[in-house]
Amino acid sequence: MHPILTLVAQRLALGFLLLFAASILIFVGTAILPGDVAQSILGQSATPEALANLRAELGVDQPAITRYFSWLGGVLQGDLGTALTNGRDIAESLSSRLGNTLFLAFWAALIAVPLAITLGLLAVRYKDRWPDKLISAITLTTISIPEFMIGYLLIFFLSIQLPLLIGGMEFLPDGLRSWLLSNLRFSSVALMNDSMTLIEKIKSITLPIMVLTLVVLAHMMRMTRAAILNVMQSAYIETAELKGLGMLKIIRKHAFPNAIAPIVNVVMLNLAYLVVGVVVVEVVFAYPGMGQYLVDHVSKRDVPVVQACGLIFAAVYIGLNLIADIVSILANPRLRHPK
Amino acid sequence: MNDALKHLSTRVTKGLMTRREFVGRAAALGVTAAVANSMLASAAKAAGPVKGGTLKIGTSGGESTNTQDPAAAASEAPITNLRLWGEPLVNTAPDGGLDFRAAESVEASADAKTWTFKIRQGVEFHNGKSLTAEDVLATMQRHSNDDSQSGALGIMKGIENMKADGDNFVVELSVGNADLPYLMADYHLMIQPNGGMDDPTAAIGIGAYTLEVDEPGVRHGFKKNPNYWDDTRGHADEVEVLVLNDSTARTAALQSGQVHLINRIDPKVAGLLDRAPNLGVKSVSGRGHYVFIMHVDTAPFDNNELRLALKYAINREEMVDKILRGYGSIGNDMPINKAYPLFDETIPQREHDLAKAAEHYKKSGHDGSPIILRTADGAFPGAVDAAALFQQSAQAAGIPLEIKREPNDGYWSEVWNVQPFCASYWGGRPVQDQMYSTAYLSTADWNDTRWKREDFDAKLLAARAELDEAKRKAIYSEMGRNLRDEGGLILPMFNDFVDGVSNNVGGWIEDPNDQMMNNLASVKCWVNA
Repeated sequence: MHPILTLVAQRLALGFLLLFAASILIFVGTAILPGDVAQSILGQSATPEALANLRAELGVDQPAITRYFSWLGGVLQGDLGTALTNGRDIAESLSSRLGNTLFLAFWAALIAVPLAITLGLLAVRYKDRWPDKLISAITLTTISIPEFMIGYLLIFFLSIQLPLLIGGMEFLPDGLRSWLLSNLRFSSVALMNDSMTLIEKIKSITLPIMVLTLVVLAHMMRMTRAAILNVMQSAYIETAELKGLGMLKIIRKHAFPNAIAPIVNVVMLNLAYLVVGVVVVEVVFAYPGMGQYLVDHVSKRDVPVVQACGLIFAAVYIGLNLIADIVSILANPRLRHPK
Repeated sequence: MNDALKHLSTRVTKGLMTRREFVGRAAALGVTAAVANSMLASAAKAAGPVKGGTLKIGTSGGESTNTQDPAAAASEAPITNLRLWGEPLVNTAPDGGLDFRAAESVEASADAKTWTFKIRQGVEFHNGKSLTAEDVLATMQRHSNDDSQSGALGIMKGIENMKADGDNFVVELSVGNADLPYLMADYHLMIQPNGGMDDPTAAIGIGAYTLEVDEPGVRHGFKKNPNYWDDTRGHADEVEVLVLNDSTARTAALQSGQVHLINRIDPKVAGLLDRAPNLGVKSVSGRGHYVFIMHVDTAPFDNNELRLALKYAINREEMVDKILRGYGSIGNDMPINKAYPLFDETIPQREHDLAKAAEHYKKSGHDGSPIILRTADGAFPGAVDAAALFQQSAQAAGIPLEIKREPNDGYWSEVWNVQPFCASYWGGRPVQDQMYSTAYLSTADWNDTRWKREDFDAKLLAARAELDEAKRKAIYSEMGRNLRDEGGLILPMFNDFVDGVSNNVGGWIEDPNDQMMNNLASVKCWVNA
């Protein structure tokens, strides 16, 4: 078999092993959570009778080992079970949430990744000159502000102040002003529904996309810059320079391909963050994603849902890292053709 | 009206533009002066309910774990939903009287033991079935039978027998209760076809709206029920309930006009928010209160001198000022305030008195070991800060109060009603009897101060069956004084309901029963076009 296929197969097997280990951790983690599912569902005002009735109905009195294996068995057959709290099918409610999360992550990544890499390349091209410093200053500032704060700032300026500002611009013709008012609307509530067109959906999540872009930009940009600068020290870059190639062409054709491995790793890490780590942004914009869904069920001790979410997050993380590994191998001729 | 004109007319109502300027601008847009003036009038006063449009509500207290089962509703978003699609037998009216819904009238026997509700005729459920007394009976059975998980189980306890008798629903009690109709106003007791026995989560009721979109923890969409029986309610064609748990997200949505009504405005921002031109902050005093509760049967809180020392040590005015930012009123260590019927105003207010606190502390003979107060952010908004204020004033009286901060997660199962001294809150009940029977009766499940006094129980039962209001008031007054001087609750403040209402919304009234006009803003308010 081709060595690369063997390698990919190995990585995949390892990934599954990791996922299995993660499933045990998730199960143990949910088992040691303090509190009680029945109490959490019924709240402060629950009567003891109601609690006892609910506990028996949910079957939370069985031993943990039994529950783990019956859960794992179900998962392997594609059955995630039903939520304890509202009796809904987990796979069904989860798929729409996962869809939303991926939708947001996709658009944020589509903007953030090319932007970060371009900015990184530019920073290398103008190293230590003002464009480099400006790019670094801006991206480092945005990564240093907590994401909820960026969210609130954008809401304040774009969805609350901007319409007031436009409304107050008496010098503009009324037609233009009302056109601006209706088209420059940044929704502070990112609620989508199925009856919306794609454009409307993207419009409703403009602010979360902006926040996420600002949050992940710096990490990827800095890594691109550092990795390429590292390569720029090499002898073959000097050769290219002596050949008389332009700076941007050298970076694009000679330096970038050799810096791909670290960049891909960081990009994947950030993509994983966009999928599994955006609960704060979801809360600020009331976006119906996976994070909020997970947190709701953790607070209600709805263990099957927490386990399902945990497993999906683990799978996303492991999967993206797997891709990063494989891409870096493919990008490196020495790893591609081992002796 | 086109957008430019609408914008101009709202500028006039906000006082940013004069009437004369408006008519001039409108003329420039090709509108005659007469039409422009009438447009202004509609923007300014908008008399009477406006039918149609979509009313949007941003609410806290929603989670993806919510269901439409009335028995399980416990937080704001599910209750808002219930109020839209369902109605109970009666509601508590804003003035404290009864507002008849599924029942048309009610009659009591002389001993207040037998209550007969006449069921309204010609009312249909959303599925087309007619409302009958049997449906009412089945509903009440579902909330009171042995395997019920209903939040209303506690209040159904005193009922000995229920039956459907023609168009009447009859309740028989073991002990007379003059307040029984108020118990039937509980929001869990939404009348469902066959009592919801078939599918409690179907959201089929007799309410003004039908549930069209149900995404728990995200949004709920409702359409007007064309067969709704009461045309004084349900003005908007559609109602959208958006779950906005983050309080900043909620206020931003109201400010930017994405929703018309929001609940639970953080007192810290309420004053600032009220300055915004397009909305109003509505503060309504109610019966909800924030408490520090002690188990009177657990040392050191079994010593009344120590309890009194703590009660004198707390600075109530400071709490209302700093924790509620003035959106509330001071409490008197009893769970009743003037928002309740039959409240005795002559009960003296307990003052902040460090000398008395020190004196009682000395008399208690406490050994000086730290007294642990457990608190968490989730106990009530500002509970951690309130505990810190309490600690400071207690220390000034020489009482070694120590704060233990607990996680929000699991607070209601691990700390509240388990630990002997902790922060908590109560939502209040429509009548005194219900408040006392919920938390201060010996046998009450949520007796979170372990207040078990036979004489107190006897008084409560006597007042319950007493139909002479003056005598009832006198008994309630004794009970209140008793709790104030010996009980396990330190009640520094009653919190107001603080809601936000857009200027586009008409029909807002004060209702002390619960937030958002007893959660009925969705059916009583309308959107001005």
